[in-house]
Amino acid sequence: MGTVDPLIMNLMVFVLAIFVGYHVVWNVTPALHTPLMSVTNAISSIILVGAMLAAGPAEADWGVWVGAAAVVLAAVNVFGGFLVTQRMLAMFKKKEPKKLEGK
Amino acid sequence: MLSGNQVALAYLVASVFFILALKGLSSPLTSRRGNLFGMIGMAIAVAVTLTLTQNWLIIVGGIALGGAIGAVVARKVQMTAMPELVAFMHSLVGLAAVLIAIAAVNNPLAFGIVKAAGEAIPLGNKLELFIGTFVGAMTFSGSVIAFLKLSGRMSGAPIVFSGQHMVNLLMAIGMFGCGVWFFASGGTNWTAFIAMTAIAFVLGFLIIIPIGGADMPVVISMLNSYSGWAAAGIGFSLNNPMLIIAGSLVGSSGAILSYIMCKAMNRPFLSVILGGFGTDSGAAVAAGGEQKTHRSGSADDAAFLMGNADSVIIVPGYGLAVARAQHAVKELAHKLREKGVTVRFAIHPVAGRMPGHMNVLLAEAEIPYDQVLEMDEINSDFPTTDVVLVLGANDVVNPAAKTPGSPIFGMPILEVDKARTVMVVKRSMAAGYAGLDNDLFYMDKTMMVFGDAKKVVEDMVKAVG
Repeated sequence: MGTVDPLIMNLMVFVLAIFVGYHVVWNVTPALHTPLMSVTNAISSIILVGAMLAAGPAEADWGVWVGAAAVVLAAVNVFGGFLVTQRMLAMFKKKEPKKLEGK
Repeated sequence: MLSGNQVALAYLVASVFFILALKGLSSPLTSRRGNLFGMIGMAIAVAVTLTLTQNWLIIVGGIALGGAIGAVVARKVQMTAMPELVAFMHSLVGLAAVLIAIAAVNNPLAFGIVKAAGEAIPLGNKLELFIGTFVGAMTFSGSVIAFLKLSGRMSGAPIVFSGQHMVNLLMAIGMFGCGVWFFASGGTNWTAFIAMTAIAFVLGFLIIIPIGGADMPVVISMLNSYSGWAAAGIGFSLNNPMLIIAGSLVGSSGAILSYIMCKAMNRPFLSVILGGFGTDSGAAVAAGGEQKTHRSGSADDAAFLMGNADSVIIVPGYGLAVARAQHAVKELAHKLREKGVTVRFAIHPVAGRMPGHMNVLLAEAEIPYDQVLEMDEINSDFPTTDVVLVLGANDVVNPAAKTPGSPIFGMPILEVDKARTVMVVKRSMAAGYAGLDNDLFYMDKTMMVFGDAKKVVEDMVKAVG
């Protein structure tokens, strides 16, 4: 096998990740579809990684500030997304065994 | 400074954590641990990326600023406002994608896209930047419109004008034309890039305005999907597998949710996206047709019937969210259960404005999730149920879905018409979102209770006593 273009490697990763996503998401219970949306939203803020790279180069020009703005936007999502998901999931409780009411 | 291989391995670990985060959501029992895995994955990805960058002050400061805003929003937001919060957050991902693409076009060397300063961006990367940018821009403006509609700052009614699809088509062609121009130009063609981005912003806006309020579960799932594809697209241009993997997971998740929502409405995805269906909530019933009679009663009558029943199923809809009646409903269920009545909740997949909206509201009111059932789990139980209480739901319980020729024919519904007695709490006799009259309201066994859902349910609680 000769050298492989990075685009092809990326394509492989992309297609396999879609398959993993497809199978994992079908197993999500419908009751948790809203937390699913908020957690996937938090995960999509992985774009923060790209924003950090944009804000990261040593030779600073205006592009760094564009990147910095993207960092702020993505960070809102990282924290907002995971925290609101946590808040929601904390509400999904089973009946507490202590105050079990008669059926 | 970590080597490229070390970074890639850390990204692999982070990706596994993200997959575990989604896997955790298969049950409420494991879901909190799943969310924790998601946070760990994100922390790993960010920490590792930090070693690749300079300007730590700017980056850490930006994360602290954004993080503080996000944390406050997450704490303050009302559970009834979840759909608009999610739409708002999608828009941020879209805008961030556009900004990153701009920075990458400006300084491709910093991203390793080119090997030396001043070199032209390779064609493949240009294509990837183009895709990442237009998906990001459309996600942004589309989500802003979705946010405005969901939060009531803009009417939920579809906005249509003649030649709309033609305008959209021409703009899409123009956008791709600019993309080709950007692609074919020798150096960095900013004019083409900016024109393409601007058209994408307008197009995202135009695509969402004709879609009506109750189709929002599809729209919001679709934008969820787009935000993932935007991240993946940027990942391709930056050659970053972390972005590609996480973006694809999100993209496929949103696509599956869109599919589930369309199926639950029995409408093809394309027809939802082309829009124009439905009205603002609570529009008048189409004129004409014979005058049908319905029976109406008071909250006290309804409470009496429920108190003497063996089994009650409560069907919540968007009206419950609007009236913020979830806590009152919990009280009612509690009171009835004390009287020995079996109370359960039945949820239609598209009840509310986003997938799983009702489940979250009921969970917020501390209704145990094992008393909340999905349509498929509970539909066979309606014939043996004494009383069904429909709270602010309409189309999802409309038996017309079984009648060939009806606009909603084939849509799976909660078969409440098979129960022994049906009680419907509604503000008026107005038609539902589909603009259809609902025969359920005119059945002999149906009693209408008019009024605001919260007020009515509170009265019922008092009457059950």
